[in-house]
Amino acid sequence: MSPRTRKLRKIVNPPPVKGFRPYGGDSALKNSEPVYLLYEEYEALRLCDYDMLNHNQASGLMEVSRPTFTRICASGRQKMAKALVEGRQIAIEGGKVFFDSDWFHCSGCGSYFNDPHKEVVPDRCPLCKSNSVESWEPAGKRNSGDGDNIFSGTNIPTGRKDICYCPSCGEKREHQPGVPCRSEICSQCNQPMQRGGMPETGRQKRTRGGRK
Amino acid sequence: MKTAITSTGNMGSSLVDSRFGRCAWFVIYDSQSGSSEFIPNPYAHAEEEAGAESVKLLISRKVERIISGEFGIKIKPMLDINKIQMIVITGKEKTIDDIIGMLSDKS
Repeated sequence: MSPRTRKLRKIVNPPPVKGFRPYGGDSALKNSEPVYLLYEEYEALRLCDYDMLNHNQASGLMEVSRPTFTRICASGRQKMAKALVEGRQIAIEGGKVFFDSDWFHCSGCGSYFNDPHKEVVPDRCPLCKSNSVESWEPAGKRNSGDGDNIFSGTNIPTGRKDICYCPSCGEKREHQPGVPCRSEICSQCNQPMQRGGMPETGRQKRTRGGRK
Repeated sequence: MKTAITSTGNMGSSLVDSRFGRCAWFVIYDSQSGSSEFIPNPYAHAEEEAGAESVKLLISRKVERIISGEFGIKIKPMLDINKIQMIVITGKEKTIDDIIGMLSDKS
C-alpha cells in the first residue's frame, strides 16, 4: 500500500541563510556530507523553539494538524542534534512547502500589498503612507470560483480537500486543518463528525513505522 | 530602499504597466538618493519565463519592493522567498510621477 501523501506546509518566514558550516576541528569534517534540514523543519523549530509558541498554535500557522507538527518538530530537532554532535554541515532545503505572506489593503489609495518581513500587521501603507490599512484575504485562498479575484494568478495550492461527515445523517463539511473532526458537531443531529468521504468504509488503521 | 515600478514608457508621465513580467520598462526608484532609473525590460517579448527572468534582474539590482498591477502564479513564491514586497495597484491608472511622488512624500 502506498503511503499517505504529505500535505503542503505553510512557511511564513524563509530562513535568512541556506545553511551552516562547522569551523575548527578536522578539515575532513568541513567537507562532510551535510545534514539536510527541510524548510518545514526549520519553520517548526522557529515557531516552536524561537517564537515559543505551543504546538497547537504553531500547527495552525503551518496549516497542518497538531500531531503532524509535533513529528516535523521532532525530526528537525533530531537533525540539529545530529549536526552538532557529528560536526556536520547543515543545508536548509527541500520539503513539501509553500511560501506565504499575509496581504493587506489600503483604503486610502486602493492598493493591495504584502509584508514579507514580519508577522505583525503594518500600520501604514507603503505607498500613500495613510494609516487606513486592514488585513485582507485573497479570495482565491478560500474559493477559487470568484470572478473578481485580482490575484487569479496567485492561488495557493491547497492540495486535496478533505471532508468531515456525520455518521448518522451523512452531512458533509470541508475539513479544517488542525481542527479534529470529532470537535465539529453536525447541525442536524448534534453528533460529532468523522473524517473521510464515504460512511461505509472505515478508516484504515495506521501502522507504526510505515512512514519513510 | 529601492522600489521597482512597472511602466509602459520611459517618461515620468507614462502609465504604470499592469503586467509584471512583460512590462515595457522598469523604473527603479531609490528612496535614499531620490533618483530614478528607467531600464528597458529585455524579457518584454520573451516567449516564456519572462516573469522569472525579470525577478532575477530586479534581485540583481537589490530591489526590495515592486509596484505593479498583477503578479503571476510563478512569481509570488519567488518574491516571498527573496523577501521582496509586492504592491498591487488597482482602480484609476496612475503615472510614474504620481507613484514616485507618493513614495517620496515623507509625511
